[in-house]
Amino acid sequence: MSASATPAALLEVRGLVKRFGGIVATDHVDLDVRAGEIHALIGPNGAGKTTLVAQLAGQVASDRGTIVFAGADVTTLATHERARRGLVRSFQITRLFRSASVLDNVALAVQAVSGTSLRAWRPVTREAALFERARQVLVAIGLGSKGDCAIDQLSHGERRALEVGMTLASRPRLILLDEPMAGMGPGESTRMEALVAASRATSTVLLIEHDVDAVFRLADRVSVLVGGRVIATGAPAAVRNDPAVIAAYLGEEHAR
Amino acid sequence: MKPNVVTLCAAAVAIALPFVLRALGLDFYLSLASRIVIYAIAATSLNLVLGYGGMVSFGHAAFVGLGAYVTAIMLSEGVTSGVLHLAATVAVTALAALVIGAISLRTRGVYFIMITLAFAQMLYYLANSVKGYGGDEGLTVRARSLFSFAGYVLDLKKPLAIYFVAVGVLALALVALARFAPSRFGRAVLALRDDDVRAEALGFATYRYKLVVFVVAGALGGVAGALSANLQGYVSPNLLHWTQSGTLMVMVILGGVATVWGGVLGAAVLLLLQEVLGAYTEHHEFWTGWVLLAVVLFARQGLAGLLARMRATRLS
Repeated sequence: MSASATPAALLEVRGLVKRFGGIVATDHVDLDVRAGEIHALIGPNGAGKTTLVAQLAGQVASDRGTIVFAGADVTTLATHERARRGLVRSFQITRLFRSASVLDNVALAVQAVSGTSLRAWRPVTREAALFERARQVLVAIGLGSKGDCAIDQLSHGERRALEVGMTLASRPRLILLDEPMAGMGPGESTRMEALVAASRATSTVLLIEHDVDAVFRLADRVSVLVGGRVIATGAPAAVRNDPAVIAAYLGEEHAR
Repeated sequence: MKPNVVTLCAAAVAIALPFVLRALGLDFYLSLASRIVIYAIAATSLNLVLGYGGMVSFGHAAFVGLGAYVTAIMLSEGVTSGVLHLAATVAVTALAALVIGAISLRTRGVYFIMITLAFAQMLYYLANSVKGYGGDEGLTVRARSLFSFAGYVLDLKKPLAIYFVAVGVLALALVALARFAPSRFGRAVLALRDDDVRAEALGFATYRYKLVVFVVAGALGGVAGALSANLQGYVSPNLLHWTQSGTLMVMVILGGVATVWGGVLGAAVLLLLQEVLGAYTEHHEFWTGWVLLAVVLFARQGLAGLLARMRATRLS
């Protein structure tokens, strides 16, 4: 494939492997995420999606293979170093800072990638830019009036929105969204779908999601992970009619 | 940040205390006051790691003891310059905290508690085995740290001198802690205490930040030890024993985890309880145990939290 024929990949994964004892969780995965796209990663339970996200974000070390992000090899970089280069993940199980307010959670997300945090004298409230950006994010995720709330005053859907909002807050180049709609009611997941769609304005998105209908509405391209292997990658229409994908995961009702 | 009423009152009490004690003919109690202030410094340094940083270090007395030994050994070797004592104490205890922290912070939870305890006990046995400096009998020193500037000499042998130097160190530590909490670094540390996986995923260098906190706290603990050596004129391995680490933890929990005044209140109340109850019974620890239980059960964030809530109720 010549470079001119394909848009530049922001994230290039080659031959990525992770074994846990005798189990191969990630089995020679190749994956390209192109700048500006929403790329969905789907697959049945136990396919290795969560392990792959953890490898991409740096929480799980890979046994083999390379991860190239924005032209640089990040395979051995620590998680925080990847985040500072613009590769930030969200979590399937919500992780928030319980003793901070809603606004402060987002402000911390902005602070994490802006300059050094080894400053122990000046109060952070003097840094208007941090809080300005944090308020913008809260409005964008529908929590504009909840900035002063404590985390435990939020509903499940609001916490999920905050989880994703914190990931978006620093305007990363690539966001890894790990099942953002997990456990949401219909109304909440519609709002989350709109939020994911809107986030493409600032970031490239790798979306791990169980809701196949939402995936086919949102994604520019879809990769299917089964048993730690990518069995198909392509446009949604092509992937949903791929016989291997139908057999391994989707079943007949999703094919059109 | 304007100094509030509490801060001003505390400062006034700390400054007036020696003169009030002298006027009342209770000079003897000045050494107790100095001991409280020195323990307050040590407890405040532990509160930085344990309370603000969420790192349950069970070996903090090792740094206090190490600082005490550094100063006592220098004094016994004829080095009297207080500036040198402080510099050496900070250097040695910071280096020890750097090594111990760099290894311990690779673990978490119960393993972190155990490994910090193990390092502290190693230093405890090391202190026991250095026969040249007293071994298990400890080391008595006659001289004290001397600070000389512009022709004046401040000799920490004088009760007033050691008291005011300790108060000064404590005041600096408290101001720094009050500035730290709402700063960039303070908030990042709060974030990694709440959820270090999330903090790391957002871009905070969590391991490095924890190590910085651990080293700063270790060095401050060392300074408390150096002052303690000056106050007592005696150091012994017991300073490094794990029960000392436990006492410091009790002070922090009693006074208020992750509060500026927590270490001070905890040290003052615990030592005063020991002093008062000690006059009536040999089993004062039995009764202080009840007080600790009551605070843990009924006062979230310890005495500092209790006082803050009482003030809030009165003002509203």
